[in-house]
Amino acid sequence: MRKLRPWLYLLPAIAFLGVFMVYPLIDVMIYSMEEGYNSASQTYFGVGLYNFRYVLRDPYFIQALKNTFILVIITVPLSTGIGLLIAVALNSIQKLKDLFQTIFFLPYVTNTLAVGLVFMILFKKTAYSDGLINVLIQTFGGTGVDFIDGPYWAKMFVLCFYTVWVVLPFKILILTSALASVNEDYYKAAKIDGTSRWRIFWKITLPMISPMIFYLIITGFIGAFKAYSDAVALFGTDLNAAGMNTIVGYVYDMLYGNGGGYPSYASAAALILFAIVMTITCINLLISEKTNV
Amino acid sequence: MKVILEHLTKRYPSRDKNGKDVIAVNDFNFEIPDGKLIGLLGPSGCGKSTTLNLISGLESPTEGKIWFGEDDVTDLPPEHRGVGLVFQSYALYPHMTVRQNIMFPLQNLKGKDKLSKEAMNQKAEEAARLVQIERLMERKPREMSGGQQQRVAIARALVKMPRILLLDEPLSNLDARLRLQTREEIRRIQKNTGITTVFVTHDQEEAMSISDEIVVMESGILQQIGNPQHVYDEPVNLFVAKFLGTPAINVFEGEVKGGRLFIGGQDVLAVSGVEDQPVSVGIRPEGFILSEDGPFRTKLVQVEVMGRDTSVVSEHPDCVSGLIRSIISAENRVEAKDGNVAFELKPAKVHIFRKDSGVRIPYPEQERHV
Repeated sequence: MRKLRPWLYLLPAIAFLGVFMVYPLIDVMIYSMEEGYNSASQTYFGVGLYNFRYVLRDPYFIQALKNTFILVIITVPLSTGIGLLIAVALNSIQKLKDLFQTIFFLPYVTNTLAVGLVFMILFKKTAYSDGLINVLIQTFGGTGVDFIDGPYWAKMFVLCFYTVWVVLPFKILILTSALASVNEDYYKAAKIDGTSRWRIFWKITLPMISPMIFYLIITGFIGAFKAYSDAVALFGTDLNAAGMNTIVGYVYDMLYGNGGGYPSYASAAALILFAIVMTITCINLLISEKTNV
Repeated sequence: MKVILEHLTKRYPSRDKNGKDVIAVNDFNFEIPDGKLIGLLGPSGCGKSTTLNLISGLESPTEGKIWFGEDDVTDLPPEHRGVGLVFQSYALYPHMTVRQNIMFPLQNLKGKDKLSKEAMNQKAEEAARLVQIERLMERKPREMSGGQQQRVAIARALVKMPRILLLDEPLSNLDARLRLQTREEIRRIQKNTGITTVFVTHDQEEAMSISDEIVVMESGILQQIGNPQHVYDEPVNLFVAKFLGTPAINVFEGEVKGGRLFIGGQDVLAVSGVEDQPVSVGIRPEGFILSEDGPFRTKLVQVEVMGRDTSVVSEHPDCVSGLIRSIISAENRVEAKDGNVAFELKPAKVHIFRKDSGVRIPYPEQERHV
């Protein structure tokens, strides 16, 4: 009885995790191995790696993979860097600090689709207007670009811009509180020793908040790899046609898009994403452990 | 390097509306002699840390001037004052080794003061040797004990050979045994380097044991400055008398009438030349002599024998500091008569203070016995 008691306490959590996390995960693995699965008749031909082979040869998946990687590589360092810059600036101002903090945090509580709408107004060419950004470009003598239906780089730019803008508030919030938690004495000691501001930042501030920066990078990678709603908000639901699909978008399309009904391909794609995220997170953790205090 | 504080005042604006400014340091005038160890002593909130911050330059005074020898440093930023500061929290950079921590101040030097890597290493090792941590140079702070961290902090403050060394509550984060050891260590380091040192503490025993001079403060006002024994023997007022000494001084309501001191109607001591007035009487625990027909009778509560000494705890209705603690030699046998115990008093250990201002009133009998 004594040995059972701890398990009894754990039971509710284990039951929920089992039903909603472990079971679906195993199920996805099973789906991904079932070749030619038919969701209507619930039958399949055989077991093997065909689904993975199919997905990896699907040009739409390759496009989605490329898009996702570009998005991750550009937005994670950029948003963390800008977030740090803004957090340091916020930390050093005295007046209206709370006001600015609130302003910077606003995007976090704003609905993704509403933000998408605003970005449409800024970037989309319609019959009536070229979009605010294009108007600006034209007034400065440049030629406008269709950011939503135009060339690939323009669309990617908007997607990256949007992503950075959406994830920034959370990073600023975490980093300002990390900065505020650094013991004031370190700065006083540095001041007595005549340390330059630049050196204080690199030698004291940055190492002190490095655990938080690593946390943001890891969650940033994971979040960016799972990007989907941002692309939908900007380019609509037919992401394959726009050439702006992401891996999660591909999984969704395989399940429900255009009639969908390919859970095996979706599962295979999802597992590939899982493997990528897992690898990158492990690498991140290894690096952070090496550089940590 | 001697330090002179001249009319030094620090006011903070009040937090609540229409409130008065908070005066943390109020018109300080004193001189810290060259090469001495000075203890700034007072209860928490008395402005001692503010005084230290003013000397270091981390805060600037509202009024007044600070001199280091012949230099007016009032408007100098901390890095140009040549001070070393040891923080209560030590403020050692946790991601750096001991060596990197000690070398950090040297790496900030620019222009003609810039040192070669070898010179920096050598200086860091010298400083480490001074505080006897030369074997721990490659450790991280978290791999060290509190006492060792404290030494690293001192080494870091000393590595640039500051003109003044400042220590903010240097011992308060250490356990009792280490505290004793470390305070002797601080004394030794200070003697070896000859650097004028100011340290802040709320522990009177700590201040008295190692300081050349102590500065007693209360609510921003300097109460008394002097050699610890002198301040203990001749406190200027009731506050200083109460703040110094363990067990604390016993305080009574008393009255001077016709050159005699009365406590609760008992004529206890001759205080010639003092005007008739109600007074506060402070009697040091060591000021009592057991005597069967002594003039001062109190009700015995208990006797605590502590090896060398015996502590006699008794009661008196006019005692305002709780129970009376007196310390007598253990050779004496304490005999109570009807639950009472009688004492004779040593005039040198009995201070009388004005009822209104708390200022001590000297009387001739006291001088003769010192």
